[in-house]
Formats: sequence, structure tokens, C-alpha cells
Amino acid sequence: MSTVLQDPRAVETPNYLNQEYGWKSWLFTKDHKRIAVLYIISITAMFFIGGIFASLIRVELLTPQGDLVNSDTYNKFFTMHGIVMVFFFLIPSIPATLGNFFVPMMIGAKDLAFPRINLLSWYIYIAGAAFALAAVVLGGVDTGWTFYTPFSSTYSNTFVITAAVGVFIAGFSSILTGLNFIVTVHKMRAPGMTWGRLPLFVWANYATSLIQVLGTPVVAITLALVGLERAFHIGIFDPAIGGDPILFQHMFWFYSHPAVYIMILPGMGVISELVTCYSRKGIFGYPFVAGSSLGIAIIGFLVWGHHMFVTGMSMYASLYFSLLSFLVAVPSAIKVFNWTATMFRGSISFDTPMLYAFGFIGLFTIGGLTGLFLATLGVDVHVTDTYFVVAHFHYVMVGGMVLAYLGGMHYWWPKISGRLYPEGWAKFACLLVFAGFNLTFFPQFILGYLGQPRRYHAYAPEFQVLNVMSTAGASILGLGYIIPLIYFLWSMKYGPKAGNNPWRATGLEWQTSSPPPTFNFEKTPIVTEEAYSYHTQNQKETHGG
Amino acid sequence: MQLPLFPEAASAIASSVDYLYFYLTAVTIVMTALIFAVVFFFALKYRRRSEHEIPPPIHGSLKLEIAWSVLPFLVMLTFFWWGAQIFFANASPPPDAMDIYAVGKQWMWKIQYPEGQREINELHVPVNRPIKVTLASEDVIHSFFIPAFRVKHDVVPGRYDIMWFTPTKPGRYHLFCAEYCGTEHSGMVGWVTVMTENDYENWLAGGGSEGTMAQQGERLFGQLGCATCHQLDQQGRGPILRGVYGSRVQLQNGQAVLADDAFIRESILNPNAKVLAGYKADVMPTFQGQITEEQLLQLIVYVKSLAIQGAPPVSEQSGAAATPNQTPTTGEKK
Repeated sequence: MSTVLQDPRAVETPNYLNQEYGWKSWLFTKDHKRIAVLYIISITAMFFIGGIFASLIRVELLTPQGDLVNSDTYNKFFTMHGIVMVFFFLIPSIPATLGNFFVPMMIGAKDLAFPRINLLSWYIYIAGAAFALAAVVLGGVDTGWTFYTPFSSTYSNTFVITAAVGVFIAGFSSILTGLNFIVTVHKMRAPGMTWGRLPLFVWANYATSLIQVLGTPVVAITLALVGLERAFHIGIFDPAIGGDPILFQHMFWFYSHPAVYIMILPGMGVISELVTCYSRKGIFGYPFVAGSSLGIAIIGFLVWGHHMFVTGMSMYASLYFSLLSFLVAVPSAIKVFNWTATMFRGSISFDTPMLYAFGFIGLFTIGGLTGLFLATLGVDVHVTDTYFVVAHFHYVMVGGMVLAYLGGMHYWWPKISGRLYPEGWAKFACLLVFAGFNLTFFPQFILGYLGQPRRYHAYAPEFQVLNVMSTAGASILGLGYIIPLIYFLWSMKYGPKAGNNPWRATGLEWQTSSPPPTFNFEKTPIVTEEAYSYHTQNQKETHGG
Repeated sequence: MQLPLFPEAASAIASSVDYLYFYLTAVTIVMTALIFAVVFFFALKYRRRSEHEIPPPIHGSLKLEIAWSVLPFLVMLTFFWWGAQIFFANASPPPDAMDIYAVGKQWMWKIQYPEGQREINELHVPVNRPIKVTLASEDVIHSFFIPAFRVKHDVVPGRYDIMWFTPTKPGRYHLFCAEYCGTEHSGMVGWVTVMTENDYENWLAGGGSEGTMAQQGERLFGQLGCATCHQLDQQGRGPILRGVYGSRVQLQNGQAVLADDAFIRESILNPNAKVLAGYKADVMPTFQGQITEEQLLQLIVYVKSLAIQGAPPVSEQSGAAATPNQTPTTGEKK
């Protein structure tokens, strides 16, 4: 309790940011918080690179004719947009940044179990990103982020191997982060931090880590086989040399469907933190919210075939994958209902992170429910590979995941930087993101049912109005992303000091100073209560603030 | 300015898919509205009025958890059941379906009719007759998609895929490639023209100077030298092909397999994969890479035509319908 210096003129408290200076102190750091900051910078850069490709796609689609760039270039745009966003933004986004920073702090640990491996995973990520960007600079890739064979293995004349090597390498970064989290959660919890007291953000990252460790090797093997087939014609996927192109899809989606949960589960963890904090209330149904993360992680491995209902897969396999895809929706629904119930008789404030949480609940609900259309065999045949699918997964990945990431960044920014962001601008940007997002992606549901296939450079003229709406929305969305980037940077110098616990939240990360000291806590915290004990908090902090 | 919001429904199954879609949309709207309304209501009713509020702890309710796990799943089971019904009902073409053959090739659709017509990116079909399209790919995976019919099927190289539909409304409808296939993927589009029976007969009579598909196949059969070994009326070095199509043939390894499109295709491209009992492997050369998918289809239609005069009763249609596109045609049979 004595760590906070009350004198505003005093020198800043020693913390992880001012402990050491100079680029070496960052590039050779073993501090999970500094590594998280390195990740924040890297994935933000990748997010804006992916965003540039998205903007180019939307500008091209203003007119039905392919008139801005040629078809090859357009195909490279959507491929690079997908590869960069999926493998270099969405997958590492929350685990590698907020997870890296806060999983150790939330369980009362000094660091992750393997600090050096943590740093290594960042270098591996950078190496992977370098290959992916090299593929762009050298001339691009045009296979789509899904690398479907035999197009990728035999027919494409672009830098497929370079990009695949990038994704392959980045996978190891993901595996190492997952491994680190699993060991950390098992072995590094503070005294009294039982499994039943773990914050839900930790549960979500734990479940995510399981998928990362178990699933990522499969996509690595798959892409390695694509590379080998391109280089040596080994005949795994190309039927002309004895392979089976559908085998690739089974292997690819065996990872890439669970990967969807790698992307969304940590976001769900963030929402659990936000809803409790800004309702000032414990989570409704803790065991169900925590357990549903594990449920999603497990069932998520059994549903990949729903990407393949029109490939001529056995009808009975389709039946099985359809049924299990409905089953995996249940734990997601459980979460949404429990968040909503948590607000019941709460004390709800409308700070920016909570607005993002509201946005998440709404958009994720739409994203989840439209996923049911795709699990429904008779309807999927019509809408698969159309813009309906594009709209659906953007509702989950952007409406869900990116909103959760932004909500989490706003929530924890005072802890990460020690400063407050400007609330007015933040609310305005949140509104822009919400409105721009819906204008971008809602028309795409209609386009999809009308039959506009995805990955089309030119499209039928009657689809233009809906495409123009989508492009208009994307410009608003883009602005909504740029504003937070500016005010976060601004707040690092000019933002008011945040104090230890500006939201009066209960998590251990809020019990230490902002920014936290290098080893997080002055002395190891002892946990005596379950997570989100807001009802006992007020009695304890009669002099708090 | 055009702003269509819903696609035309021009096939026998289109409205059944649409009804299910409406049902899903209705449930989505109701659930989304419900969650929005509850969140909105709670947010207003329980908004923070003072910094010192202490809301009562509520830990949860097992009854509620069970209710909101089980009830949504029951609703989802109705989606599942209804969706599966449509899917299964449309899985296999009826035995009287009219045959059309489509080959996907970067970046065009080549259509062939048994009567001998051939066209590119145009498909002409009569109204109110079930049409079975046998799909083949010359290169990568394509997907044959007719939005107005609510049908789509991937076209996977190395095998045949089957799709079928019954057009119900004369008109012109989009034909799209729905699986990304390279540079001109978005140019791999065409039109389906649905015609009245009369117009269709006239259209059929209009073209096709090359003879029927079976005749084209027969010519090819001679050109490629197949006839040297596969003689029609006496035993050559290879099996007699008359009456083979649609029958179960005995293999060297003791298995019996149905001689369908996939089998004939495999026997031409990879003759050693399944050798008939009484014949030797390594006698017939492979034709892999020497004939196009279109020619292959012509040969198959020719072999099929030989079954009609053949000894065993023609059972190819029920046989083909029972095993739609399940047989991998290259590599080892598992």
C-alpha cells in the first residue's frame, strides 16, 4: 500500500517503462510487459498493413468492372489482406499483447514461466512476418489465405512458398506463447489463486493456448506439404500426380477452424472482464463462463468439415459436421446470456471499454447466429463461398474480436502506459467503429444471398449499390481505427496520470502501481477471494482512490 | 439504379431453401432483438447513479444455465433437421434426369450435351425437367453455382462430381464459379438459359454438326487406337466393352466393382489401378495427359451407349444414383 507516491512533483515511480532505456533494453528484455509492448507495436503495424489491403479491395469494388487494378493484383490484395490479418494480427492479437501483459499479473506472478522463450516467440513472429512481407514486396501471393490445392501447389505462379514459410514460422511463435501460458497458469499462481478464482480472461487464454499447442502443428505440416509439392512434385494434393486436393482442405480446416476460436476466445475473456468491472458485479455463472471456454476449445476441433459441404464429402460426414457445428454454438450462447445476466441489478457505467463490450455482445450475437445459417446443410449449399460467409466471419472477427481488442486496450491502457486516454474522443471513435462496421458488412449478407461469390474482382452490375454502401462503411471504419492510434500515442505524453486503479476494478493487476514495476508486485499477493468480488471491495477501500 | 435485395427463385428447390432461410432469419432477428433489448434495458435501468453503489452479488442460477443451453440447442436442432432434409432430398438426381456435362477450365465453363452440342459459358436447359450435370475440372478446383437455383457444387479435378436441379421458370440466370481458381476467377461466369420444351427442341436441332456425344466418342475411340484391343464382337487383348457400363465387373484381386463413369475414367487414365479378372496389368498404356476432360467424357458416353445393346440389363442410372461422386478415381482405392 505504500508504493504510491502522492506528491505529484515527485520523480516517477520506478516501473517497467523507466527501469532501463535504450533499444537494447527493449530488444533483449525478458519482461513479459515489455515483450507485450513489442507485440503491440508489431501487430498494430501488421493491422494497418492488412487494413491498407482491405481499403484497396473496397476501392476496387466501388465499380462492377475491375478497373482500378488488374485481376492478378486484386487477387494478391485479398490474399495478403487475409494472410496478414489472420496469421499476423488476429491470432497473436490478444494473447500476445494483453495476454502477455496481464495473464501473469492477474494470477499474481512476476513473469511468465519461460521469459526467454517469450522473447524468442516475438523474434519468431517477426521472422515469420518478414517472410510474409517479403512475399508482398517480391511480387505478392494470389492463392487466398486458405492456400487451396492444387491451385497453390501446382498452378499459382506467385510467391506461395515464401508466404507459406512466413505462416509456418509464425506458427511456432503461437505454439511457444501457448506453451508458456499453460505452464504459467499451472505453476505460477499466487497463494490462494485457485482454479476457481482465476479471472475469466485467464481461463480464456488458457483454453486458447490448448488450441494453439494442439492445432498449430497441423497447419504447419499442411503448409510444409504444399511447399514440398510445389518444389518437388511429391503428389500429395495434385490429382494429376496422384494426390487428393480435398485432403488439403481437411488438414487445413482441422487447424483453421479451431484457429477461429484462437481468435475469438481471448476476446470473450476480455468481455468478461469489462462487463464485470463496469457493472461492478461478479460474473453471473462463473463455472459456466469458464467451462464454456474449454467446451469451445474441445468441440471446436470436431467441426472443420462444415467448410466443405459442397466438396462432395460423404453426406453422412456432412450430417455429423452440421450437428456438431450447432453444438459448438451452445457454449458461445452461454457466454452471451451470462454477460447479459451479469448486468442485472448491477451498477453500470458507460466508459469507453463498456461501450466496446456492448458492441461486442451485439455484433458477436449477429456473427454467431449467421454462423448457424452456414451450419445448416440446405442453406449452406447456397451461401457458402459467397459474401454471406465474408459478412459472417467479419462479424465474428472484426465485430467480435477487434472490438474486444479495442475494448481491452482502452480498459488496460491506464495500466500499460500509466496514462488516461481522452474519453470524449474514445467514445466518438467507438461510435465510428460500430457504425462503420455495420455499414461495411451488413450489406454483404444481402449480397451473399443474392449470390455474389467471394474473391470476385469484377461483379454483376446489379450488385453495385450494396458494394458502394460497403465501401462507404469501410471508410468510416478506417477513421474509427486511426483516431485511437493517435490519441493513445498522444496520451503517453499528455494524458492525465491514471493512478493505480482508475476503474476501481478487482483484479490483481489493479492492485499494483501504473505502470507496474518490473516484477509486477512489491510483494507476492495473497488471494483470499474469488474473482470479481465487487461487493466486498467497497468496504476494504474506504480510503481508496 | 438497381438494388435487388433477394434473388429470383427459379428451380424446384429454391423456395424450400428460401423458407428455411426465412425461418433462420426470423430466429436471428428475434434473438438479436431480444439480447439488444435486454442489454439496453439493463444498461438504462441499472445505470450507475452514484460512485458508492454496492450492487448485490448474484452468483448464478443452475436452472437458467440449463434453460439457455438446452432451449437454444433444441431450436438449433430444428435448423439441423430441416437443413439436412433439404440436403438429403437433393443429394441424388432422379433416374429420369437429363444428362449434361460441364468441364471447368481456367477460366471458362465448357458445356457438352449428349446430342452433340457444345458451348462455352452458356448452358441451355428445358424448363420443368430434372437436369443432371456431371462436373469435371481440367485444372484446379472450381465451383458450379447457379444462385437462382440455390445450387452449388465444387468441381474437383481428378474425379466426377454430380449436381442436379429442375428449372421452373424460363429466363436467363447467372452461372458463377464460386471457388477461387486464379487470375480470371471473376471472369469465369456465364448464363443459364431456361427455355420451354419446344424452344429447347428447336435449339437442340439448330447446332451440332459433329454428331452426338457418343458418336464423337466413337470417333475418338478409333483415333486413339482403343479399338485395336477393345473389339466389339470378338475377344481382343482388352475386355469387350459392349454391355460393360452399369454392370458389376470382376477384378483380378477378387473384388467386384460397378462400371460407372468414375470406373471408366480411371481405367482410361490409370489402367493398372483396377485390372479385370482374366486380364493382365501393364498391357494398356495410360492416357493421362493425352486427352482432355471433354474427350474423356465423350469416350465415357460412347462406352455407356454400348451398354444399351449389351447383354445385362441397363442399370447404370440407378447404380450411378446410389453412389454419387464418392469414388476417388486416381490413386489407390481405399
